[in-house]
Amino acid sequence: MSYMLGVLVLSIFAENFVLSQFLGICPFLGVSKRLNTAVGMSVAVIFVMVLATAVTYPLFAYVLEPNNLGYLQTIAFILIIAALVQLVEIVLKKYIPSLYKALGIYLPLITTNCAVLGVTLLHFTKGYSYGIALVNAFGSGIGFLVAMVLFAGVRERLESCDIPKFLQGLPITLIAAAIVSLSFMGFSGIANGLIGG
Amino acid sequence: MTEILLPILIIGGIGLIAGAGLAIASALMAVPTNETYEKIRECLPGANCGACGFTGCDGYAAALAEGETTQSGLCAPGGADVTKQIAALLGVEADSSKRKIAVIHCIGRQDNNAETKMNYHGTKSCRTAKQLYGGDNACPDGCIGLGDCRKFCPFEAITMEHGSPVVHKELCKGCGMCVESCPKNLISLEECGATYTVRCRSHLKGAACVKICKTSCIGCGLCVKACEQGAVAIENFCATIDSSKCTACGKCKEACKRKAIALQ
Repeated sequence: MSYMLGVLVLSIFAENFVLSQFLGICPFLGVSKRLNTAVGMSVAVIFVMVLATAVTYPLFAYVLEPNNLGYLQTIAFILIIAALVQLVEIVLKKYIPSLYKALGIYLPLITTNCAVLGVTLLHFTKGYSYGIALVNAFGSGIGFLVAMVLFAGVRERLESCDIPKFLQGLPITLIAAAIVSLSFMGFSGIANGLIGG
Repeated sequence: MTEILLPILIIGGIGLIAGAGLAIASALMAVPTNETYEKIRECLPGANCGACGFTGCDGYAAALAEGETTQSGLCAPGGADVTKQIAALLGVEADSSKRKIAVIHCIGRQDNNAETKMNYHGTKSCRTAKQLYGGDNACPDGCIGLGDCRKFCPFEAITMEHGSPVVHKELCKGCGMCVESCPKNLISLEECGATYTVRCRSHLKGAACVKICKTSCIGCGLCVKACEQGAVAIENFCATIDSSKCTACGKCKEACKRKAIALQ
């Protein structure tokens, strides 16, 4: 139980996908302009990460691994995730239109998101079990949400600042992202204590 | 041989299953969409400004498709073109309302016409600046000039020139976002056309007004006398021009000693 909790905290802070592992930078910079779109996108990411892990883990463990086809995991996972997101979109549209309206525009964006692919691939390098992998996926999603919400706040502040002309737009955004990321590096120190204990 | 065949079979199999699954799912769970809705939605500009009174373009298209409303001319950004297209799709007659544009009623900021009462170095937003003693301008009704209207305009039709916001008629779609954005209520929607407007909303009495702004309306009434159509009236020491009566003769502008009247 404590191990599970450790993995959860680790995946949210110390191994934050966006700010420590630099995956999913594209939506991080693209969709973080407004707080509500940032939250919408992040909720969709949490949803898809958990779902993708739930499907790809057994596929790897029971189909690819026994046949010595571990090297195929990237292409197989991309295929699965893309199909899965499409399926989710169809199901949501039919049965939960309100959720479809909220997540709908973000789902296609997530289809080829490297954070989602990364989360499913990295379970195996770390040797997580199925349950722990699901917890890790959920935690990574929450970590994405934390990063997005934090950064959306930073960007909304930046909007009302007097920024020198040569830094306006993307340059100042990248600098701000670097500083936010730097602050998250501080969590890496607690990683060993959490998992080891 | 199996080393090559197995991966092909497995990946091919996954692809086939995923493809077939999606095909079946989309066939089983197809949501019947209203064709008129789709077509109307395509006509609308997608600005989601809400000027129609519905929740964005989707809401307006749905309301039209489901017969909640038959008014085809509610889309201000789309203008006459969209009205015609929607009317054709629904088989009703097109509403013939005139295009509306935003008009700004203060040019005090332009070339520092108006006095300021402090040096404001805070957040560059009119709304924030207004919290501090009503903004840095000496005139209580004057433009703060930090460009909230420019930021709110979804069509980039407002630019700041010499410190004052200027509406570009050809770009303005009359959605009214800027009207709501102005904390001083200096913007109104008026029918687009060659009419004159008063560029001041100051309700200060004449003497006080002259001191603080070079282009203020002091309510002297010269324009009221000059206008042959009776389109100009003075309320609370400030002139207003009724655009429906204005014939754009320009006599009010000539009469105004304060340069407060100009073409729309």
